[in-house]
Amino acid sequence: MSPTTVVIVDDHAIFRAGVKSELEKGVKVVGEASNVHEAILMIGKKQPDVVLLDVHMPDGGGVEVIRQVAELDSDPPRFLALSVSDAPEDVVQIVRAGARGYVTKTISGPDLIEAIKRVGQGDAVFSPKLAGFVLDAFADSPGTEAGDPELDLLTPREQEVLRLIARGYLYKEIARRLGISVKTVEAHVSAVLRKLQLSTRHELSRWAAERDLVDWD
Amino acid sequence: MSPEPRRLRRESDGAMIAGVCAGLGHYLNIDRNLVRIAVIVLTLLTSGLAAIAYGFAWIVLPADARTPEAPADRPAARRGSWLVGAGAGLIVLGLLFVLRAAGVWWSDALVWPLVLASTGGALLWRQFTGPGRPGRNSRWRASRGGSANYRVAFGLALVLGAGLLFLYINGALDAAGTVALGALTVIVVLGLVLAPLWARLLRNLGEERAARIRSQERAEVAAHLHDSVLQTLALMQRHSDNPREVSTLARRQERELRDWLSGKSEAEREASLADMLEATAAEVEEDHGVPIEAVTVGDRQLDDHGRAVAGAAREAMVNAARHAGEGGPVRMFAEISPQRVQVFVRDRGPGFEIGEVPEDRRGVRDSILGRMKRNGGRAEVRSMPGEGTEIELTMETR
Repeated sequence: MSPTTVVIVDDHAIFRAGVKSELEKGVKVVGEASNVHEAILMIGKKQPDVVLLDVHMPDGGGVEVIRQVAELDSDPPRFLALSVSDAPEDVVQIVRAGARGYVTKTISGPDLIEAIKRVGQGDAVFSPKLAGFVLDAFADSPGTEAGDPELDLLTPREQEVLRLIARGYLYKEIARRLGISVKTVEAHVSAVLRKLQLSTRHELSRWAAERDLVDWD
Repeated sequence: MSPEPRRLRRESDGAMIAGVCAGLGHYLNIDRNLVRIAVIVLTLLTSGLAAIAYGFAWIVLPADARTPEAPADRPAARRGSWLVGAGAGLIVLGLLFVLRAAGVWWSDALVWPLVLASTGGALLWRQFTGPGRPGRNSRWRASRGGSANYRVAFGLALVLGAGLLFLYINGALDAAGTVALGALTVIVVLGLVLAPLWARLLRNLGEERAARIRSQERAEVAAHLHDSVLQTLALMQRHSDNPREVSTLARRQERELRDWLSGKSEAEREASLADMLEATAAEVEEDHGVPIEAVTVGDRQLDDHGRAVAGAAREAMVNAARHAGEGGPVRMFAEISPQRVQVFVRDRGPGFEIGEVPEDRRGVRDSILGRMKRNGGRAEVRSMPGEGTEIELTMETR
């Protein structure tokens, strides 16, 4: 199997250089971009498997890149969001836009390579932080607005998986502990991701609204 | 892009006439067309009074700052001033007709002075009160050139002329009480001329205060960056041969900066169990130089139960940092609900068979277990050689 191809999008040149040298050990970096416009062009030209995407950039940041690429490309690459911020609203923004995972910039090189490969295969990547946030957002009762309860609640099994991720368990450790296969763990995580993207829960909607993601008119 | 506080403004974007309805709709968060219909219906019901209110709102409401009527860098007389002036005059004329038709009437002599005075007053008002934006003192001075100056002069002339006309007509009708009437007229004229200036002054004061607050905030940010971030960067350069030290410094600075950015006060942080646990993790990390990734879900007021859990969690984290610091970061996960607090501390150290616990580890385990038991909770230790260790603390509360 040929190595996963990656485009790095980040407005900090020093950070791009550092990540690139770390990634060369496991994946193939085919391009870099420092702003939204460059990113759109580079992604269109190189057609990478995975885009490593900074959340915070001028002109709309990572969310804008995902949105515009989705408009232009019927088969867009997969996005892995990367940020210095753990703020829940940043996470909800980028994951709802369509990112397959979210990791913070303090992640180690090998872990980042692992995450990129995972996203490249179509799986979701949940850091312990992201798992904790999702549990928080889906806690308590379902949303009060008329929503789809299927999407507004996590199943007990999904909660269990998320808790173990938050506790620092790897997928294979979760699988062993729960007596299920790694594939099943991945399926649960993907289901959670889908709910996060489609749910109408008021907590998620509120965060989106505060960030001007919802058009009032 | 911070959410702007919603203010009542005219919205030039999507305006039908002057954007009053659009602005009101935005402010009340209802469809602007509904507002328009309501205004039209009200106008019909009140024989025109609502239309007058509309004109008044047009004059008084500041325009949407996002789409100023004149570009800020090209100061000019405000467009549409003549129209507004004429409109104000016509509105007053209309109002007088309405009053006359309704039977509330003193004298026809009032009509022309009032219409002229309102036209002039509206002109002055338009000239002196533009769309509110920062740093516009200079703009106002600049805008007095040419056409703007001319309009101000014309407005003044209209108002003064109205006053004179009023005096003249009344003087011809009745010589008595001229002095009192004269004084009153002067007051009204002055009021009309000075009111827009006064309104402008008030608004400028508000803007200046906002600018001052902004610059104070900036100074505070600069001071903070200087005290903390720059100092840390200097320290890191001096320790560049010691990666562990550098990484500890970087993490401490990161934490400090995050705390500061979160904007929570010391008191707020002290009252929260989640913050307490995160602060504990940070302290252990600093003391032992081992990264600890803390994740918390939910929160509640810090009480004795919470303090006991945090104390036991500290022991668990110290234990993990001491014995398993080489295996990667220690993870602390806390789930807090009103009924229950659960904390997991997991390391990726060598692990051990529970049966063959080394003495020192047993001691720590007992101290964690003991502390939890005394406070009505429980602790569990799971460990396997090669898989690290996880300590689970549970405290049920009613």
